[in-house]
Amino acid sequence: MEGFLPHPWWEIWYALSLPVVVYGIYTMNRLVKERRETLPLLALAGAFIFVLSSLKLPSVTGSCSHPTGAGMGAILFGPAITAVLCLIVLVYQALFLAHGGITTLGANVFSMGIAGPAVAYIVYKGCAKSNLNFYVSIFLAVSLADIATYLVTSLQLALAFPSATGGVLGSLYAFGTVFAFTQVPLAVLEGVFIALIFKYVIQVKGEVMVKLKVIDEKKLRRLKGVVQA
Amino acid sequence: MRGEVIAGAVAALFIALFLYVAATDPGAEWGGADGEAEGVIDHLTDGSYEPWFSPLWEPPSGEIESLFFSLQAAIGAVIIGYFFGYYRGRRSA
Repeated sequence: MEGFLPHPWWEIWYALSLPVVVYGIYTMNRLVKERRETLPLLALAGAFIFVLSSLKLPSVTGSCSHPTGAGMGAILFGPAITAVLCLIVLVYQALFLAHGGITTLGANVFSMGIAGPAVAYIVYKGCAKSNLNFYVSIFLAVSLADIATYLVTSLQLALAFPSATGGVLGSLYAFGTVFAFTQVPLAVLEGVFIALIFKYVIQVKGEVMVKLKVIDEKKLRRLKGVVQA
Repeated sequence: MRGEVIAGAVAALFIALFLYVAATDPGAEWGGADGEAEGVIDHLTDGSYEPWFSPLWEPPSGEIESLFFSLQAAIGAVIIGYFFGYYRGRRSA
């Protein structure tokens, strides 16, 4: 989509994303320095974004799209650090694949790295508070984040290209049909997949998740007990 | 085991959905959604919008493009495999 976001929109999305990325780099550095043991999980979260955002999957609309993989990072580390991880992938795809783009980088970091992860983070924390099953919480957080990312992408395009007859809402509907609707089956698949991955993460790095305040000690013991039974 | 079964079932459903659409919709081209969005922009602006910037470098062919996509997945997969292999191995040692 290089060059498809006109002035002033591409600058606006850059301006909105930049402070979050800067804050993300700052918190990431502090986290790695103070809690070295979180580094492997950080690499894992980044790796899942790499893998999942490279998989173009077919959907019910007869077109293809890819999951974002950002939900996992958001649940473990929050949206700001996830924005940095997404930035790395988006730059890779813009430079080597002509996918995404440098001019649309700000908008893409915002939708994939900030808006989606913020939804994942809020949904996960909300579910955890209401004591919903851990894996169901992960599923909901990741799936909704995936769909939210593409809804925001649709909104970004709709704001830049309001329809002559239907205005921004008319365009939002048109772009939403292309992006968000295509994304629904992919989002479900991503949610289920990441929930399963968390089962393994809990077994090998559950104690780090407790330190990151993703789950508490009691829940970890219960989850490990369930897994071993 | 329950998690694996659910994930497997959802994956099977996903594949079945693809096969169903592929069989019932001969017009499906399985192109990228972003390409379709560019079509929507074209439609909304009556074809008057010209992208004002083009990619600095474009993979010269579909093969080279898939090379970079595979490379991206491979880099991630190596890290994931190392993570689980290392820590599972250490736990059982």
